Amino acid sequence: MGTDVNTVQTTKKQTNTMQTKQTLMSQSQSPLFRFVLGLADDAVILSHRLSQWCSNGPYLEEDIALANIALDYIGRARMLYQYAAEVEGQNRSEDDLAYLRTEREFTNLLIHELPIGDFAFTMVRQFFLDVFYNLYLEELVKSKDETIAAIAQKAIKETRYHLKRSEPWIRQLSEGTEESRKRTLLAIDELKEVVGELFEMPDWEVGLVDAGIAVDRQNLKPAWDKYVQTFLSASDIDFEDCQLQITGGRNGIHSEHLGQLLSEMQYLQKTYPGMKW
Amino acid sequence: MVNAMISEMVDNELVIPTLNPIFAQRSRFRMMSKCPEIWDILDSVYDPELPGLTLWDLGVLQDVRVNGQQILVIITPTYSGCPAVDMMSQDVITALNTANYNDVKVKVTLAPAWCTDMISPAGKLQLAELQIAPPNKDDDPDCPVCHSENTQLLSQFGSTACKALHQCQDCLETFDYFKSL
Repeated sequence: MGTDVNTVQTTKKQTNTMQTKQTLMSQSQSPLFRFVLGLADDAVILSHRLSQWCSNGPYLEEDIALANIALDYIGRARMLYQYAAEVEGQNRSEDDLAYLRTEREFTNLLIHELPIGDFAFTMVRQFFLDVFYNLYLEELVKSKDETIAAIAQKAIKETRYHLKRSEPWIRQLSEGTEESRKRTLLAIDELKEVVGELFEMPDWEVGLVDAGIAVDRQNLKPAWDKYVQTFLSASDIDFEDCQLQITGGRNGIHSEHLGQLLSEMQYLQKTYPGMKW
Repeated sequence: MVNAMISEMVDNELVIPTLNPIFAQRSRFRMMSKCPEIWDILDSVYDPELPGLTLWDLGVLQDVRVNGQQILVIITPTYSGCPAVDMMSQDVITALNTANYNDVKVKVTLAPAWCTDMISPAGKLQLAELQIAPPNKDDDPDCPVCHSENTQLLSQFGSTACKALHQCQDCLETFDYFKSL
């Protein structure tokens, strides 16, 4: 992760002009569009990471499980992209949004884009996110926007199930062998630096919270901390907040890993534009 | 011995709930429909992954609306990433086209969110027939082959998003369990 911080900082200066362009562009986009798009980007990028375990899982059942969770997230991404496209009203399709935007236009939070690492890293990330999404979607189902509420209603059922799966894994990994515990602790330390961003409120979402459409992420922090701390302390792991927090995803400032992910994910549409399955 | 087996079978039959409020509501809704013939035609459309289970039985088929020559069929996905939805839509259109209804649209809705209580009793029996353990509230299925209660979870996910993988500790058969949602 140390290298990521440096990369993000040095590229920041070089891309000032790009950022201005980006800001101008995004200013013309409605807050609702940006809000839905951000959630869609989170889902599609995590889905892609999870799908990278397909054929690489520690054993067959695990392989299938991770691919299935990836499928849940791609479903979530599709629903959100479809709605974002509808909100935007510029005749862009869900596929245009997923496959024809550049790295800087992607606004996913950084935790979703980090490489899969080892199995412990993938499961700790999943655990952190499962706890987060359980809290987040529980609030989002109350959204005054009917489509968003319906998507949240669908997604929360799946997310509850995901947590049922990631919890025993974290327990098993942290109390398993010396090696599995070491790797789990390492993963926790690395991921600590990017969880803060989950609880940041982008400017454009504030108005949506007031309108009862979006969820105030900051409010979820104490519950998340408490849940994770309680769960991990049962395995004798002290979980404390990390002072250093890397952020920027919602504004299109990413780690170097997103570009590589997109070049793989978008390969087909970029090489054969308009290609259909 | 035979008696014991029969009573065991009867017990197992009884485990399958015959009616729940959500399904009762769906049945009533279908009965009140102004176009029962369309619903009947759609009873020939099956889930591509679950042979013998119709979209109605699975709870995917939610509504049929007729407006003049136009037919609108409303379906809801089981899981949000279910890849079978596109195929189901296509199968619905094909079935109605074959019956000479040519102006057919399929709409996928998310609300109300699908749940396993939408599955019909016949659908649950058909799942058991396919040796897929039907959903139960405790996610603790009996073996669909030997009906033993002594089963173990192998993986929370099975061959499709809607199933988990279990193993019977008595007959050792590995089987799919249709997850309760």
